[in-house]
Amino acid sequence: MSLTNERIQQRLTEKFGDVLTGFEEPFGLLTLTAQKDYNLKVMQFLFDDEELRFRFLTDITAVHYPDRKNEELAVVYHLHNLQDNIRLRLKVFTPVAKPDVFTATQLYASANWMERETYDFYGINFVGHPNLIRVLNVDEMTYFPMRKEFPLEDSMRIDKDDEMFGRGGNV
Amino acid sequence: MLDQKQHIKLPEGSIEKDTTTLNLGPTHPATHGVFQNILEIDGERIVSAVSTVGYIHRAFEKIAERRPYYQITPLTDRLNYCSAPINNMGWILTVEKLLGLEMPKRVDYLRVIIMELARIADHLICSSVMGVDTGALTGFVYVMTYRELIYEIYEEICGSRLTTNIGRIGGFERNFTPAAFAKIERFLNEYPAVLKEFETLLTRNRIFMERTQGVGAITAERALSYGFTGPNLRAAGVDYDVRVANPYCSYQDFDFSIPVGTTGDSYDRFQVRNAEMWESLSIIRQAMDKLKDLPADVYHADVPAYYLPEKQDVYTKMEALIYHFKIVMGEADMLPGEVYNAVEGANGELGFYLISDGGRSPYRLHFRRPCFIYYQAYAELVQGSMISDAIVCMSSLNLIAGELDA
Repeated sequence: MSLTNERIQQRLTEKFGDVLTGFEEPFGLLTLTAQKDYNLKVMQFLFDDEELRFRFLTDITAVHYPDRKNEELAVVYHLHNLQDNIRLRLKVFTPVAKPDVFTATQLYASANWMERETYDFYGINFVGHPNLIRVLNVDEMTYFPMRKEFPLEDSMRIDKDDEMFGRGGNV
Repeated sequence: MLDQKQHIKLPEGSIEKDTTTLNLGPTHPATHGVFQNILEIDGERIVSAVSTVGYIHRAFEKIAERRPYYQITPLTDRLNYCSAPINNMGWILTVEKLLGLEMPKRVDYLRVIIMELARIADHLICSSVMGVDTGALTGFVYVMTYRELIYEIYEEICGSRLTTNIGRIGGFERNFTPAAFAKIERFLNEYPAVLKEFETLLTRNRIFMERTQGVGAITAERALSYGFTGPNLRAAGVDYDVRVANPYCSYQDFDFSIPVGTTGDSYDRFQVRNAEMWESLSIIRQAMDKLKDLPADVYHADVPAYYLPEKQDVYTKMEALIYHFKIVMGEADMLPGEVYNAVEGANGELGFYLISDGGRSPYRLHFRRPCFIYYQAYAELVQGSMISDAIVCMSSLNLIAGELDA
């Protein structure tokens, strides 16, 4: 019998109980939120369990929600069970003041650069990562550019002097 | 006379150590892109490698947070620029999944044709460049003619060649012209003989086999742990293909097989790519046959709120003008939601993780770039091999700098 979202949710709730919340299925993809300190335990269980077998890490990324107090940053893991061909999305929320999350590099070799990228853009401190340095941005950078406090230039702004670009000067 | 030592400031311990540090890249001609690898070599054998990436990072994920959805398609062109249409389609399919739009079969088949052409163009470059890196330039120059023909087909459809911006949310910007179909037919008729000849040049070529067999080999377990997808994973013997695992764009209507290798070395990657080109040709042929039974004037879905209308209608029809204005100004009603959508890119699972809050631009858009994820295995793959093997290994992985750095 093929694995279903309901079965995964049941197995996870049996094992972890209140640690896991926010079960949803947007577009059929089982999504759940784990307490911050449990991300590795949940992933380890998903990896080791003979029924669940989530042994392929598709993606790690982060999202910044500046309005959520004490859980501004979300780290999002996409896991894949290749045998049963079912995906799962795991989220952990962490305060921006102390963004410490356990690393998944012991479970998946691919987590190395994915976590470096997430650190690079969001400043998530992956505790236990062997080499947590910037990967795409310059090493001298002192901020984390994908956070929402760094907005891009508004394309509708009108105070710009366009003379240098051959579009007439300020009116 | 000045003491020479005062002028040359060598790093501490660099004289005493037994190995040599060599910078392979970032602008080495044999790396085919901006890749830097700092190699520690003992003679010609690589002791360790450190890869540096990010030379052409352009912050697409950040830029995407300011752009209306239809303006993000050109950003995706510049990820894997050897097969830009697959990226475009991947993004468009993601938005369509978010909005719940259903495409007519003909649109799906046209997309399949263009994606498979792009896959052939991409594999063609990778396979023939492997020949170049092992000393056989002829095959590369020969098959270029047919990549050129594929680019001409793109040109017939969308007007551009490399960074295509092909397709729109809701379909294609215009119908395929008879000239486009004629060129696709020409490609289908002429290319098999060329591919066959290309294969006879390299597949059983003693020099090529010696240079590639056992080079950059990876086991299936390590490949999975490193997040390999696409031909590189399949060369290691895992038959994971998004087109079959999670069919999109009516791929379930087509009959094709997934070629797999056994050893996961450069030679198997080459073989898997060549076999995939044959499968792609068969898919395009099947799609062309299926198109014959469908009405020839359908090239987009009937979703006026999201599909950019034809210019001619914009000038003459009120409705079209309104929708055109709303879409161009980024005022089309986007639904809030969180969606992950993956397509089988030419070098692996190309995923788009999109969070929409209903605003004019995505709240967050993340590209799962296969290149970036499997390139981290490079240091492990080349450890203990010769420098010349490192070059072959790199070209066999099909690394595209644009995708690596996003």
